[in-house]
Amino acid sequence: MDYFVLVIAAIFVNNIVLAQYLGNCPFIGTSKETSVAVGMGLAVVFVAAMAACITWCVQKFMLTPNDLGYLQTITFILVIAALVQFVEMFLKKAIPPLYKSLGIFLPLITTNCAVLGIAIICQREEYTFIETLIFSVASGLGFMLALVLMAGIRERLDLSPVPVSLKGTPLGLIVAGLMSLAFFAFKGMAS
Amino acid sequence: MILSSVLVLFGIGLTAAIILAVASKLLYVYEDPRIAQVEAVLAGANCGGCGYPGCAGAAQGVVEGKAGATVCVIGGDTVAANVAAIMGLEFSSMEKQIAFVDCTGGTRAEDVYVYEGIKDCRAQHLLYSGSKMCPEGCLGYGTCVTACQFGAIEMGPNGYPVVDPNLCTACGGCEQVCPRGVITIWGMTARITHLNEITDCLAPCRQRCPGQINIPRYIEQVSRGDYAGALETIRERIPMPLSIGRVCPHPCEEVCRRGHVEEPIGINMIKRFAADWEMHSGQRLPIACAPDTGRKIAVVGGGPAGISCAYFLRRLGHSPTIFESMPALGGQLRYGIPEYRLPKDILDWEIQGILDLGIDVKYNTFFGTDFSLSTLSDDGYEAVFLGIGAWMNMNLQIENEAADGVETGTEFLTKVGLGLETHIGKKVVVIGGGNTAIDTARTSVRLGADVTLMYRRTKDEMPANIEEIIGAEEEGVTYLFLAAPTRILTNESGHVTHVEYITMQLGDPDASGRRRPEPIPGTEAKIEADTVYTAIGQKPELSCLYEDGHCALEETQWRTLGADPDTLQTALPHVFTGGDMHTGPALVITALGEGRKAARSIHQYLTEDAPHITSTIQRELIDYTMFTNVPDVGLRDRIPMPHLIECDERSGTFKEIEGTLSETDVQYEACRCLRCGLTCYNRDQPENQTTEIMTIEKKL
Repeated sequence: MDYFVLVIAAIFVNNIVLAQYLGNCPFIGTSKETSVAVGMGLAVVFVAAMAACITWCVQKFMLTPNDLGYLQTITFILVIAALVQFVEMFLKKAIPPLYKSLGIFLPLITTNCAVLGIAIICQREEYTFIETLIFSVASGLGFMLALVLMAGIRERLDLSPVPVSLKGTPLGLIVAGLMSLAFFAFKGMAS
Repeated sequence: MILSSVLVLFGIGLTAAIILAVASKLLYVYEDPRIAQVEAVLAGANCGGCGYPGCAGAAQGVVEGKAGATVCVIGGDTVAANVAAIMGLEFSSMEKQIAFVDCTGGTRAEDVYVYEGIKDCRAQHLLYSGSKMCPEGCLGYGTCVTACQFGAIEMGPNGYPVVDPNLCTACGGCEQVCPRGVITIWGMTARITHLNEITDCLAPCRQRCPGQINIPRYIEQVSRGDYAGALETIRERIPMPLSIGRVCPHPCEEVCRRGHVEEPIGINMIKRFAADWEMHSGQRLPIACAPDTGRKIAVVGGGPAGISCAYFLRRLGHSPTIFESMPALGGQLRYGIPEYRLPKDILDWEIQGILDLGIDVKYNTFFGTDFSLSTLSDDGYEAVFLGIGAWMNMNLQIENEAADGVETGTEFLTKVGLGLETHIGKKVVVIGGGNTAIDTARTSVRLGADVTLMYRRTKDEMPANIEEIIGAEEEGVTYLFLAAPTRILTNESGHVTHVEYITMQLGDPDASGRRRPEPIPGTEAKIEADTVYTAIGQKPELSCLYEDGHCALEETQWRTLGADPDTLQTALPHVFTGGDMHTGPALVITALGEGRKAARSIHQYLTEDAPHITSTIQRELIDYTMFTNVPDVGLRDRIPMPHLIECDERSGTFKEIEGTLSETDVQYEACRCLRCGLTCYNRDQPENQTTEIMTIEKKL
């Protein structure tokens, strides 16, 4: 049951984009088409889960025993960057179709603060390894949900008469704000 | 603490570096350096027009051999040449492609639904895919205009997109967003090889034209003074607008929507004007041809079908050679149609323009005697087009048919065409009711004979053009309707003196839809004649196909050459046919159309192994586009065809009778066009329509 609550909280209540306000760049940048949004979402789920697990190990076995907790951010950035590079190389060699379908999204994730945020939240909340894995996957799904919803709205906005000054990113940010307000309705369901 | 921090960070960094170094060695994937080179010379617009996801994808496609040097649709010749240089390929030139809106207008089709949603074609199409009366046509919300990155499309005065060919890069953005397929990215090859499809926007005239000419388009071009454009439109379907503008019986005009209100548009007159405009301008307009492929094709027969096939093969880049049995090209146009309808110097001028494209001709060579299918293959011809026409005459099957003074109409017309002695008498009887019979009769009048034309049905059932029937009457040809010959009477020396005939009455309609003539017993009578010309039908002479008593091709029950009706491919895959040899005696425009169809099939046979068609090909008239009445159309009289010589002067001269419209008259006639789409038409085109269109085009 705890795991279920953890998943609900990660996807809806503490949605990484709409409640934590992390990963706004890719959220606005890759939410113009639903198909692109799904690709980016899946890439984030995959990388976030791997990054959270590895950084959990780094924290647990390297930083905490050596009392080096203050190096957490810079260490995690280093680990995530290296991880993404490795994953990119691995996929290119082993699973070329998946590599091609992920395309530009993998390098984009290197600088995606949502992934770093998920890894740091896991440490702050002192999750176990299993909880870290579940939370990171669920947070990735939350990111994907927000992205797909946003893409759906923006596809329709593209067809609508919109004042020129609001077209594109400005209207995207307004919509993101409104979506964020809507997600606040989940507050209280779980913490 | 600082030391341990540095050590930890350095350690993690080093570990990551080592892992990545090892991984890059183990997981190394070779990437052809040419991909980056090709990408660097592409246009860099990432427009997607090439079908690849961006320029990087296109570059990869080129290096992998999936795409050619011309992959970049907006780059033009320069980019293609650079790509070819990197890939070590040869590049000559790239066919120019542009977005083509295949609907010239009419007022907007009526809405079935009142739609008040987002003003976008895709939105409306999603909600009400059949929301217009016209199931194929443009919705008119201009999504294509917003999709064009290059500002090449604007909405025209009737709510149809208008493409500026100078700005269009053929990126395909408009084509992708159009939910109704109204816009197509086309090059010359695609336009030439396209057959009418039921999903095209086909006005009735266009559906009916055996040559599939885009009639509304060229009329619209003429209406705004773009005569060169009109001629180009016509020449994408037929190569001989000068000849066809004179001899076509214009079946298109039979279904013209204005014909439901008053007289149909003078479609053929407009075509003739455009063709004459070029001839009178003193210079030939350039005719574009695709780069040479070096593929040799034999075209047997230099009549309309053969000339058309050779012309289109040449335009598609191939090297055709025409084998002609006569001393000059033209077939029935030269030897069957008299000078007063089609002057030979005009025919020569037109044929010379076609041959100048680079078509070889071998005159006085007979198929089956001088060469055969197997010798053509031995000489390196990869495909053969057979279009020897239908020169064999049908017999009357009556007594004394072979008497002295009895000859077929085609033999007589051929002699006149070749300038030979005809031995025509003073009292001529012509038997038949088609155009050949009329041509024979009118030619006989010009040679000083007293002519009677005998036909077994009435005037209304005559298959000849009504203008020709009236013209012959005006020139003094006497008609003897409801009469069929029963016997030829001769004198002692065996020369014809009379024709015995029997009076007929019309019974029930036969398979042709015409009422079957039946003889009335006991009504035999005689008519005096010293020359009799028969013109009751022709068929192809197929004995030339037989080698050692065997024919590898299929002969139909009508004694024509059997072939697929759409691809015109015969039983031998590399042999194609068309024209009268395939259809039996038919119209010149039908032969020209079949020539293009065959050229298309040969092109596909050479480049794609086999000819092919889509399942949506238009064969019959599309029912729902054929109206029985056309309301709310303002009346405008049809311009009469001008005559070059008066009626009483005609009988003594072979000079051309009909003339060309003046520029003012042709503009007036073109503006009578209702600009029909599938189901829409211009109810009452304002006088200033032309001006509006020209203003918009200038603005573009």
